[in-house]
Amino acid sequence: MLEQQLVNALSLGCVYALFALGFTLVFGVLGVINLSHGAVFMVGAYAALTVVTHFSAPLWIALVVALLASGLLGLLIDVLVLRPLRQRNAPHLIPMIATIGIAIFFNSAAQGVFGAENLRFPSDLVPDKQLQFAGIQISELEVAIIVLSFALMAALMIVMRKTQLGRALRAIAESPKAAALLGIDVQGLFYLTSFTAAALGGIGGVLIALYSNAVFPLMGQPMLHKGVAVIILGGMGDIRGALVGGLFLGFAEVLSVAYVGSTMRDAVAFGLLFLVLLVRPQGIFGRILERKA
Amino acid sequence: MLVLDKVSKRFGGLSVLEDVSFTVPKGSVFGLIGPNGAGKTTVFNLVTGLLAPSGGAIALDDRSLVGRKPHRITRLGIARTFQNIRVFKEMTLRENVIVGMHAHLGYAVPQWLFSLPSYRTAERRAAERAEELLSWVGLGGRGSDIADKLSYGDQRKLELARALATEPSLLLLDEPVAGMNSGEKQELMAVIGRVVARGYTVFLIEHDMRFVMGLCARIAVLNFGRIIAEGPPEAIRNDPAVIEAYLGRDE
Amino acid sequence: MSEWLDTFWLVYSNLVLTIGINALLALSIWLTLSCGLLAMANAAFMGLGAYTASLLTMNAGAPFPLAVLGGIAVPTLVALLVGLPTLRLSGVYLAMATLGFGEVVRIFLLNADSLTGGALGLSGIPQLTQWWHVVIAVVVVLLVLWRMRRSRIGRAFEAIKEDEIAASLMGIGVMAHKMLAFALGAAIAGLAGALSAHLSFFIGPNEFGFDRGVDILTMAIFGGIGGLTGPVLGAAVITLLPELLRSFRDYRTMINGAILVLVVLFLPKGLWDPARMRSWFGRKASRALTTAADSPSAEGPH
Repeated sequence: MLEQQLVNALSLGCVYALFALGFTLVFGVLGVINLSHGAVFMVGAYAALTVVTHFSAPLWIALVVALLASGLLGLLIDVLVLRPLRQRNAPHLIPMIATIGIAIFFNSAAQGVFGAENLRFPSDLVPDKQLQFAGIQISELEVAIIVLSFALMAALMIVMRKTQLGRALRAIAESPKAAALLGIDVQGLFYLTSFTAAALGGIGGVLIALYSNAVFPLMGQPMLHKGVAVIILGGMGDIRGALVGGLFLGFAEVLSVAYVGSTMRDAVAFGLLFLVLLVRPQGIFGRILERKA
Repeated sequence: MLVLDKVSKRFGGLSVLEDVSFTVPKGSVFGLIGPNGAGKTTVFNLVTGLLAPSGGAIALDDRSLVGRKPHRITRLGIARTFQNIRVFKEMTLRENVIVGMHAHLGYAVPQWLFSLPSYRTAERRAAERAEELLSWVGLGGRGSDIADKLSYGDQRKLELARALATEPSLLLLDEPVAGMNSGEKQELMAVIGRVVARGYTVFLIEHDMRFVMGLCARIAVLNFGRIIAEGPPEAIRNDPAVIEAYLGRDE
Repeated sequence: MSEWLDTFWLVYSNLVLTIGINALLALSIWLTLSCGLLAMANAAFMGLGAYTASLLTMNAGAPFPLAVLGGIAVPTLVALLVGLPTLRLSGVYLAMATLGFGEVVRIFLLNADSLTGGALGLSGIPQLTQWWHVVIAVVVVLLVLWRMRRSRIGRAFEAIKEDEIAASLMGIGVMAHKMLAFALGAAIAGLAGALSAHLSFFIGPNEFGFDRGVDILTMAIFGGIGGLTGPVLGAAVITLLPELLRSFRDYRTMINGAILVLVVLFLPKGLWDPARMRSWFGRKASRALTTAADSPSAEGPH
């Protein structure tokens, strides 16, 4: 029934939003379309799985490990690849291509190390106890996803709007050179952003791995496509856009599966995306700004 | 030649230009001066079609320019240089100038596809004319240099040569001598003088008073988006409203 | 000698022809890049060309040349329709929009079961492509693009790529030129698709998605987009690489990814970079190596 679908849509939308959040952060602050975000998402899931299966760690530790593993990977990518390209003042197309290469590399590395099959989290660890709220069934996991997503997004928005750090990040988003002239440690904040965005991706990876009960090397790729759609819908570089876009996509998908049929699910999503692009290409919250150097 | 009639431009609630009217007469140099932020570049943007006026009329030889796309306005005979230089950095000087001739290279697909004589002649003439224009502005013989390697002053000259290549009747120069030393300014004054002598009309924005007074036949003064004076240099120099507008501002 | 040639051809013909088709694809994206457009839709256009041509030969019994023409026409028309709203966007937004469009096409191909065979694709496509078809296609496309570079259109593309506003103030109709680059790129991609479909027995919707788009972009960037030689070279190398690395079979994709990153970091202008070769090898040697195809127009008529 409808309410049940809405709950499913909400949790799915939150995962999309979480993924898109990291993606949009990197775009907003670093000005790069980071197509390796799917890979760090996947790495988080595998890191959590490894810790859980090989060290019998509880789930919350696995989450922390995922956060750290993905975050560090994101940081490494920035230090080794994105930063040299920044220093060279490469046109924005170039870093994007580099991140494609990174994604290819890590996706196939994961396949080499873990194999291509679907792995699962041990069933006793997945918090799938069903709760009842006003006649709707919702699992603990879904509650956790929704709460965690909203909490993280709220935290990010508070940081962005109310703190000195947030002001510095917004200044960098407008113009890194001007921000540097104002004494902002632009390089350090780039590192911080890369780490945080990747860490968010890693958390998202664990959550989706639990939600869909599957961990496999290419799990980041469909998320990447969805992530692209989300930030186009919501507006690139805007946190609210990630949330709104993610939720919108989640609802569109679930409702179209329920009422139109599952094969058309992607078609509906991308058809809507295309319409938005034609009518309002900058997305709901986006602004067509030329980012000054 | 170029007539602005009660032109205004507002951005949201902010009025950048209000009730701006003046005429740029044919075959001479006309100057638009005013303190920083007065709206001078906005006037250029309106004339060239990069912005649309909120009100008023702009006409070139009795043809309205309002609502036309920039490349069409160029083809009507208006060329423009920029305050922050916009040369094509990765092209040679010669290529930069030849881009300006785009609209006048009248060959079509079969001609360039099969390298027919009319195409080759057109290209050869274009290269020759580019050389000619480059020497007009004092950059002769440097056609194969890359634009990015030029000095600031030389890039401004290149912009002028490129603008001339579009075969305009009216040249809009946005701060043509900004960043130049006095020797270069003298050179450019002479170049512009020669250009006008060949029948072009020049409309320029500048801060350098000596340059403006020495070159322009008529001057209009813009302050806070309004024209506060218009006339020959001697009249402007002594106009009390103009002096007051510049009081306390260092030129 | 001819026996050796025959055996060589028997074993490697497919590979050589694939290089030719990939060269067409790399050139198609080169064309849009030369106008400053990062349009990631060429894989989708290839798919449209492949399906159109295949349906024409299989269902309508059309002769091969007509089918190929159809495979060129359909993507071109679609490009014209799609280009109108999306080419207003710049840089990153254009890339995203064309990526999105590519996904829409893939989903359409996946879902229009009755027409396209859906997820199962089309099989039983007659193998009508001869080696000389591919050769002619590549030669003709190279010739056209070469001449175009030397004309005012090529010059206009370069101006637009550097600075759209300055270009429009030179009397260049920016939108019209962008549409030309986009549509012509789609036509070339469609041609590649039509030829490729009749080379392999089968086509499926997933062949023309994001991954293919990435491949095409990689070939062009890797080879170098300064001139026409780069994309062709890039196509050849990227197509051959998996063959050469056959012993590293398991690591092939990883190596592809690593190569991409390394090239971007250390060979910023791609493999074929006349300027770098000048500084490495000196003027005379590099002049002998580089062809007229690499230098843009306006140095006089050629």
